[in-house]
Amino acid sequence: MAMLSSPGGPAGIGPAGIDIADLKPGLGDPVHDSQGIFRILLEAMARPGKVMQFEGGLDAPTPLDVATTAALLTLCDQDTPLWIDWIADTPPLRGYFSFHCGCPLVERSQEAAFALVSDAENMPRLALFAQGVDQYPDRSASLVIQLSSLVEGPATVLRGPGIRDQTVLKAAGLPDWFWNDWRLNAGQFPLGVDVFLTAGRSIVGLPRTVVVEA
Amino acid sequence: MPQTDNQTAAAPGAGEGYNFAYLDEQTKRMIRRCILKAVAVPGYQVPFGGREMPLPYGWGTGGMQVTASIIGLDDTLKVIDQGADDTTNAVNIRRFFARTAQVGTTEVTEEASIIQTRHRVPEDPMTEDQILVYQVPQPEPLRTLEPREIECRKMHAYKEYGLMQVSLYEDIARFGEIATSYSYPVMVNERYLMSPTPIPKFDNPKMDDFPALQLFGAGREKRIYAIPPYTKVKSLDFDDHPFRVQQWEEDCALCGAEETFLDEVILDDSGGKMYVCSDSHFCGRRRAEGHVGQLPDTAAAAYAAAVGAQEAPDGDAAQAQGEGET
Amino acid sequence: MYVAVKGGEQAILNSHKLVAEERRGDAAVPELTLNQIKEQMQLAVDRVMTEGSLYDRDLAALAIKQAQGDLVEAIFLLRAYRTTLTRFGETQPIDTAQMAVRRRVSAAYKDLPGGQILGPSYDYTHRLLDFALAAEEGVGEPEAAVADEAVDDSIPRVTDILNHEGLIEEELAFGDDGPVADLTREPMAFPAERDMRLQNLARGDEGFLLALGYSTQRGFGRNHPFAGEIRLGEVAVEFVPEELGFPIEIGEVTVTECQMINQFAGSAERPPQFTRGYGLAFGHCERKTMAMALVDRALRARELDESIEYPAQDEEFVLYHSDNVEASGFVQHLKLPHYVDFQSELQLIRSLRRRHDEDHREAAE
Repeated sequence: MAMLSSPGGPAGIGPAGIDIADLKPGLGDPVHDSQGIFRILLEAMARPGKVMQFEGGLDAPTPLDVATTAALLTLCDQDTPLWIDWIADTPPLRGYFSFHCGCPLVERSQEAAFALVSDAENMPRLALFAQGVDQYPDRSASLVIQLSSLVEGPATVLRGPGIRDQTVLKAAGLPDWFWNDWRLNAGQFPLGVDVFLTAGRSIVGLPRTVVVEA
Repeated sequence: MPQTDNQTAAAPGAGEGYNFAYLDEQTKRMIRRCILKAVAVPGYQVPFGGREMPLPYGWGTGGMQVTASIIGLDDTLKVIDQGADDTTNAVNIRRFFARTAQVGTTEVTEEASIIQTRHRVPEDPMTEDQILVYQVPQPEPLRTLEPREIECRKMHAYKEYGLMQVSLYEDIARFGEIATSYSYPVMVNERYLMSPTPIPKFDNPKMDDFPALQLFGAGREKRIYAIPPYTKVKSLDFDDHPFRVQQWEEDCALCGAEETFLDEVILDDSGGKMYVCSDSHFCGRRRAEGHVGQLPDTAAAAYAAAVGAQEAPDGDAAQAQGEGET
Repeated sequence: MYVAVKGGEQAILNSHKLVAEERRGDAAVPELTLNQIKEQMQLAVDRVMTEGSLYDRDLAALAIKQAQGDLVEAIFLLRAYRTTLTRFGETQPIDTAQMAVRRRVSAAYKDLPGGQILGPSYDYTHRLLDFALAAEEGVGEPEAAVADEAVDDSIPRVTDILNHEGLIEEELAFGDDGPVADLTREPMAFPAERDMRLQNLARGDEGFLLALGYSTQRGFGRNHPFAGEIRLGEVAVEFVPEELGFPIEIGEVTVTECQMINQFAGSAERPPQFTRGYGLAFGHCERKTMAMALVDRALRARELDESIEYPAQDEEFVLYHSDNVEASGFVQHLKLPHYVDFQSELQLIRSLRRRHDEDHREAAE
């Protein structure tokens, strides 16, 4: 138990037979790195559309980018079921999150507190994730969607809390239906999912309050 | 099972041997997740697994848990209580973070990256690079009207705030105005009724379209809520009784400020009093800039006598100033 | 600065020095040792461990010393320390049927398997101040006689005896295999299930539960209780390490358990039978466990389709107000400065009075 002690604590259930030797390391300084990363995530969620950058060193496991990995390592633990999409759902990656976060991995997207999407084109529709309930809208999923770029895609105009007047997001690689689904998501406020879009070292927050222009 | 060990028994209260910013990492992660949800649903109270802090409930444990979960070595912390940096509870909380997180502290509003507050919003404007953390004694704006959590939660879920409207209207019918001078309820983003905490209603308008992120922590009631920057925050009112803030006929007796929240200071037993800024840093800066108030001679004499009688031998103000470095 | 309450750090540090001086008291009197507290103030230690939610006699003794004997303050100290401890995992449920019993009484049966064991109890002491305890030379080394026959290894619980006849409801888990609630890690949500209620009551203030339990006896939620059984003794604590996969004993704890038996007339779904109220505490806390069992039973009103009319049956009322660390903090926070709010109220009152005076003047004219 002591040897395998992970940041998530011994209660973390990982699949048996994780090969520790092949695992990429997690955060170098769990206390201060996760604090710094969290502040970036907080700024991203509080100012939707603002592209934030991760500076520190992190050896991200294939096929994940630094921003995707940093966000999940900072937020996930034994209390947060994680759903991983089919491309990223490999034994090494499962082992990585089991070991470093101790988070239970779930097959059904509806059961996840966090979802890792590395193949956005083929991701499940937003309604297939936990939306929260009337009295507890916080019981909804947070999605981390990895894209090719956050600055070179088609322009989308965003409004809502956290945005002074309006802002423009240029995310590349979202599925065709995404912004349409997003309108439905925002339309059922206070229910709905919250999203982080990542690319390389960049991250953008899309809380459910974000309204996109038609 | 906890170890029974006399060697480790010295740890409680010693301050050393605890994690950075006191809370363990698992607790911080849990609180951080709640903060993100709070930001995503502005004004909604997210339940969180509040921990026992080494300060009593009701003394800022919620604000402290929020601050402890966001603060890092690069931050500069300012703590105010009633607008002042040198009230005992503010000093005590600042001391706690200087001790457990080794962060820099300041009394200067614009120098702080995080300001933890009890009962005031600073007079100086805040910027996008700052976070304001409120200590919250009672997060539920409906609690005085409906003590039951189950009922309040339903009202929030279905945006049924008629009870509050009726209560405010009854005030008008009875007193001719809304008889709420602090903890004056607000609607956030046109959806959630929210308690702004016991700030005077004077501060309510500052919350609207505020450049800084505002976070709220209620430790005893175990709730976290938030207002993202640039979010609509509206104090409840009626068309025929629009919301109005407090106004004073007097100016600050020390710095002459005309549009700040003023504390009434009693000077003697015969009704002598003066008004001074509640925001001690704001007032001090203005005085340093050469602004003067109209402190009358008699009041000045009484004031000097009062200060002389109350000042600690080595000077409280000097101690409070130097405290950040220790 | 200009207002008396603006103390600053020096005032705080000076206050702490005064506390240290007062705590020590007259330096001519020998200082209390933790062992003295642990050995001669056991019941205080037990209460602090129970409401502090931490089984550690040394730390509880330290907390009592540090708090100058203020037990609510000591409970707070222990709680604040407990929060910082690493969690290794969850133990197996303790089995009080396997308790090494030191005291066991039942008010329901005259005689029963295992017998009545009076054990250490103040119940039949005459409450006369014992001036022998005040003697300078102390009480020496009082010793109780050892019985010829050992107490049975395993004494069946009274509720189990009743259960054989089906006269008492079965003690069933909630039918789910989910984790047991832990209000130190997740906030309470309502309606609260029995696991969370019992945890809350176990940590709850003894005085508060005593008053509430008493209120049910006086008719504010009458529930016809019998003290089915109270037992005190040591039970083994077992833990299943992940790498072993089977339970190993990691120590033992002293607990007091109270099983209240209550009349129940039955409902559409359930036949008339006895129902249970349960109390459990670390160490020897008999008053606490009895009160807890009464309140536990009262709080089962919803589950048993009884009308909820009285404070002890109202789970929000009971569970939100039972914690003395929360209550003490919030009551005492009123001594923090509130002068901004007070100033706001002063203005409001002056304004309301002006209007009042005007209205009266108009009425008089």
